[in-house]
Amino acid sequence: MADTGAENKRNGEGPIEVRFRGGGFAPKSLRWVGVVVFVVLIALVQWGTESGWISALTLPKPSDVLATFVQLWESGLLFKHLQPSLTRLVIGAALGASAGIGIGVLIGLFSYVRAGLVPLVAAIFPIPKIALLPLFVIWFGIDEGSKYALIAFGTFTPTVVATYGAVDNVDRSLIRMGQSFGLSWFSIVRKIVLPGAMPGILSGLRISLAIAIILLVAAEMLGAEYGIGAYILEAGSLYDLERLFAGVVILSLLGVLVSALIGLLEKRLLGWRV
Amino acid sequence: MGMDIRLDGICHFYGDTEVLRDISLEIPTGQIVCLVGPSGCGKSTLLRLIGGLERPGSGRVLQLGAPPSNSLNPLTFVFQDFALLPWRTVKGNISLVLEDHGIRGKRSKAIIDDVLTRTKLADFADALPKQLSGGMKQRVAIARALAVNPAVMLMDEPLSALDAQTRELLMDDLVALWTRQPFTAVYVTHNLAEAVRLGHTIVVLSRRPGRIREIVSIDTPIGERRAGDPVCQRKHDLLWELLREEARAADEELIDG
Repeated sequence: MADTGAENKRNGEGPIEVRFRGGGFAPKSLRWVGVVVFVVLIALVQWGTESGWISALTLPKPSDVLATFVQLWESGLLFKHLQPSLTRLVIGAALGASAGIGIGVLIGLFSYVRAGLVPLVAAIFPIPKIALLPLFVIWFGIDEGSKYALIAFGTFTPTVVATYGAVDNVDRSLIRMGQSFGLSWFSIVRKIVLPGAMPGILSGLRISLAIAIILLVAAEMLGAEYGIGAYILEAGSLYDLERLFAGVVILSLLGVLVSALIGLLEKRLLGWRV
Repeated sequence: MGMDIRLDGICHFYGDTEVLRDISLEIPTGQIVCLVGPSGCGKSTLLRLIGGLERPGSGRVLQLGAPPSNSLNPLTFVFQDFALLPWRTVKGNISLVLEDHGIRGKRSKAIIDDVLTRTKLADFADALPKQLSGGMKQRVAIARALAVNPAVMLMDEPLSALDAQTRELLMDDLVALWTRQPFTAVYVTHNLAEAVRLGHTIVVLSRRPGRIREIVSIDTPIGERRAGDPVCQRKHDLLWELLREEARAADEELIDG
């Protein structure tokens, strides 16, 4: 069709249909593509390991990983590992995220808090929290305390940054409207600032909770008998790739689950968005 | 029983820029005073000064007489961008301004039903702002303003974000609202047709720094003004004569120059 168009133009005769040039740049929801990518990648690895051009030391066979996973499930060990990990994740992330949202809102609302804490947050954000684990063990004990602290600390900083950014982005004209109707300061914060900051806070949580999962492995480096992180670290030190991958897959699934939960929360709380 | 507003020698600066110079003006009860002027002349700033959202550099804004005792928020704004909370329904947006006065439940519902009926929104109480057209959103904002029973409505280009047809319809609605129950309003606009249609007095401001250039009053009752009415048309032309040079000069000014 491009041919005929060009032809007509050259001959200077006949109407030419206007060429469509407005396509693209509009994301569509194509859920199945993600699944296809996963399946193709796994199938490729399976085929590669079976035919031998991927050596057993490079990657484990996906079917073996699955078998390890099934075994883990059937022996009941999966839940023995999952239960303490989930507890640590939930408690640590809840502590860190709620402290982060609280401090972030205060930074957003009060200039003195902002001036005092923003540089501090910027200073502690890039510290690898894993490096502080020995310190946390001394401060909070080798038991659960240090693990909660590590995860909480790691979730705290990104949550603070996302939250005060979200508060800064609340539409000033809405706040002005609240003032013009004589709403109290507290009402303005509760009914205008917090709901207005919610989209930013939730998208910040997506990142901080992923970081919490990353830190789970670090937290279980010291003084943990059971836990997904401990399981992965043990498999790694024995170079048991099947178990290592089985553990990693569990973490990935955990990440997908958390992301889906936040998606659900967004649908619930942010249905008002255009 | 009524509250007048008096502006007494208002001057205002933003940094080193003088935006308003020596504005003295009387806003009598039950009348609509329109403020017109070229863009950047400080008419919206003047409105915010009247409503207490900004402090004047010098001069005073005075309330003469007490507002009606049932007025929850004597000076009430209607904004150009509507300023509705997108996460609250139409009903919720109106109850927002009642909650702080401890009005809930039955009393709140009665007020909300009343103002929604007056603004022809009764069927949309549970809609979210994103479901409404611009004209409907501004109706909600007007309903919200009526809910607090203002002594003076401060309207900041309320129709400027709407298309021409919707603007006509809303102007009719405002006229109907005023005829049923006269309210006091300061109405900022750059649209002379709106000013001529709604204003008892029209205050023409000069370009920055804004001064009062002329005060034009129209005696035709606002309920009887029609498009193409010769008196209104003459006033419109007179206002345009006054504004043309100011508008041209303002247009050619460098911003922050």
